[in-house]
Amino acid sequence: MAAATPRIIVVGGGLAGLSAVIKIAEAGGNVDLFSIVPVKRSHSVCAQGGINSAKNLKGEGDSAWAHFDDTIYGGDFLANQTPVKQMCEQGPAIIDLLDRMGVPFNRTPEGLLDFRRFGGTLFHRTAFAGATTGQQLLYALDEQVRRYESEGKVKKYEGWEFLSAVLDSKGACRGISAMDLRTMELRTFPADAIIICTGGNGAIFGKSTNSVVCTGSAQSALYQQGAYYANGEFIQVHPTAIPGEDKLRLMSESARGEGGRVWVPKDKNDKRASQSIPESDRWYFLEEWYPKYGNLVPRDVATRAIFKVVYEHGMGIDGQPMVYLDVSHLAPERQHKLEGILEIYEKFVGDDPRKVPMKIFPGMHYTMGGLWVDFNQQTNIPGVFAAGEADYSIHGANRLGANSLLSCIYGGFVAGPQAMQYAKSLSAAEGDGGHAAEMQRQKEYNNVLLNNPGTENPFRIWRELGETMTKHATIIRYNAGLDEADAKILELQQRYRNINLSDKSQWANTSFAFARQLYNMLELARVIVQGARLRDESRGAHYKPDFPERNDEKFLKTTKASFVNDAPKFEFEAVDISHINPRPRRYDATA
Amino acid sequence: MPSTIRVEIKRQASPDTAAVTETFEIPYRPGMNITSLLGEIALNPVDVTGKATTPVTYDSNCLEEICGSCAMLINGKARMACSALVDKLEQPIRLAPLSKFPIVRDLSVDRSVLFENLKKIKAWVPIDGTYDLGAGPRQFPQVQEQRYPLSNCISCCCCMEVCPQFNDVTNFVGAATIAQTKLFNLDPAGAVLAEERLRALSGDGGIQECSFAQNCVMTCPKELPLTEAISDMERDVFVQQVKDFFTR
Repeated sequence: MAAATPRIIVVGGGLAGLSAVIKIAEAGGNVDLFSIVPVKRSHSVCAQGGINSAKNLKGEGDSAWAHFDDTIYGGDFLANQTPVKQMCEQGPAIIDLLDRMGVPFNRTPEGLLDFRRFGGTLFHRTAFAGATTGQQLLYALDEQVRRYESEGKVKKYEGWEFLSAVLDSKGACRGISAMDLRTMELRTFPADAIIICTGGNGAIFGKSTNSVVCTGSAQSALYQQGAYYANGEFIQVHPTAIPGEDKLRLMSESARGEGGRVWVPKDKNDKRASQSIPESDRWYFLEEWYPKYGNLVPRDVATRAIFKVVYEHGMGIDGQPMVYLDVSHLAPERQHKLEGILEIYEKFVGDDPRKVPMKIFPGMHYTMGGLWVDFNQQTNIPGVFAAGEADYSIHGANRLGANSLLSCIYGGFVAGPQAMQYAKSLSAAEGDGGHAAEMQRQKEYNNVLLNNPGTENPFRIWRELGETMTKHATIIRYNAGLDEADAKILELQQRYRNINLSDKSQWANTSFAFARQLYNMLELARVIVQGARLRDESRGAHYKPDFPERNDEKFLKTTKASFVNDAPKFEFEAVDISHINPRPRRYDATA
Repeated sequence: MPSTIRVEIKRQASPDTAAVTETFEIPYRPGMNITSLLGEIALNPVDVTGKATTPVTYDSNCLEEICGSCAMLINGKARMACSALVDKLEQPIRLAPLSKFPIVRDLSVDRSVLFENLKKIKAWVPIDGTYDLGAGPRQFPQVQEQRYPLSNCISCCCCMEVCPQFNDVTNFVGAATIAQTKLFNLDPAGAVLAEERLRALSGDGGIQECSFAQNCVMTCPKELPLTEAISDMERDVFVQQVKDFFTR
């Protein structure tokens, strides 16, 4: 007998999670929303440049099909095409909805939505709110959820961390186990279906553009419970980030969308201040190599170009791994549209980018891979759905800028109603649905961790993990390096067994929570590294100099990792290419 | 610049225990901010006397001053830890939790009062539904230019920390909530709840508690036009009260 009113748990309160919550509440379901941080502080807040949708308000003849084609081509044909097509078709309605929710999108003089250009397309397709679009979108959805919360339709569990799914004797999901990060209380919560919207996994790379909570821990826990993790090896390195001590701060693609240019001095020994180097002495390498798209080539292409200029040509500024991203020539009204990101640069670096070119370098930014889902956003574990960056659909081998916000909302809008439908036809669980057993498993794990008499500091292990992942599994990949990284992760897993928490208290113990995440990061790191090792080709963000070409015959396949005998086991699945035939991806072509 | 940084941190293991100050010496690197400094302590949680201690608990997430998590008192000033650069701070650097919110542990406090206040003023646009109802109303860029800065509020609560009126005696809602009232009242569809919002600001702890100290606008890390919003809403609340007096 199905419950009269389905109870759905949504894990993660970023754009995808909030979108799912809104759909469920609107359809009359009960939602429990779990988030490590107050949902208004979720990582979606960091998205800057905008959200894509083929509204075609600039008289360019843009269309959902053109958006679809750009996305598939930009993703190097690895994405299943059906959901991507649906997302692009729903784009305009999603923008209209956000507009109705009060998102302060930039406007044209006539009062219509304004659109800017972004990477990997020749159309003005990106709606934006200054350069803090993710923040504005997240807030709009947060406000709608707060409205439902005040009406009693949503219950928030902020400051709770998801630990695992509760699975019944048949392997179907019956809830979650979670930990209160303040009282450290362990509990299981019942649900008819759960939706995992826990975002990216940048922390596996140590420093990235991601927020602190983006550890991939929830995805990894589910993978260890039997969920497939797909295309893990596809990691986007954003071409323009500000290198920093604690993180790499994103410098949005919108800087180039508004006319920003990337360059280095033509003479590597040029000692002049950047502003006094005349036009003729600057090398605009992206514009030279990619005349049609110029500075707005897709991210993987721009990132490799910068890497090449710095490491092959030895042309980094002052011999450092940095190039200029220049918006100083832009008119004040253009600079005004970039205010939010220019302020970030000014605050963290100290120079005014309105006057001086910014110094940037690529940084780990996004995972295209994630939990495997079907076209209804359901994983292979019945009752476990996923949406947003946490799932693998939509972006293939490389995500186009300003498609992530759209994919989050689209994914949440599909997952919410699908989870409701699943829950309505769910039969009652046998016994307690596995709650007591899962509770026991988590308790034991916590006891072991808290009482472990070892000597290893978890933050030290994390730092070493980040260093090896950044070195071997980002822009350029060699099989020897990937093998080295996998061996290193195994070593770190061994050392993890010898972990010692300097804080054993049971109140707001952040290092305890972190140690749990770290365990999951290590397991997921192996999926990334081994997936990359197996894929002997170059496609989108995955680039192996020893295999520089795309190999459709062997690798036009989704990588699926499952957790077998404490290690990833891989299989490959055909990609849905039912709408567009794969063609060579050449952004350097001029025609 | 010395090769190490001296930091004094006010710590408290739980809401019920007494606060103590611990001092740390951290190896200096150029470009450090307060959050990277706290990360260094986690790597080696030993104080200046060589005593082993615990990593410091604090709230953080984005580390680029947009999520609003890491507000704390740095050398006595309410500000975001991520954008506080060590090179620009006087040493020893003194860190303490915000003082006007319930303490959780160390530098972490409970700021849920702001989210509750946002419920009181109905800080949302009451849309009919999420199905496709076509484009929203047209809006001139001038309106967007007014709304956007208000929408940049990151809920850090620094404006409330520095406000002399934000305390248990007045129950004052604080500048952030008032600015959000203006934001939603400016929205063409959000304005349908304008009167309700103004009434919510006119009761106990309402806008009349503001003493125009202007600390809020000087402290706001996102430079919101807070005093302008307060005076605009003060006017609107007054007009609403007069109207209600004669019609209700």
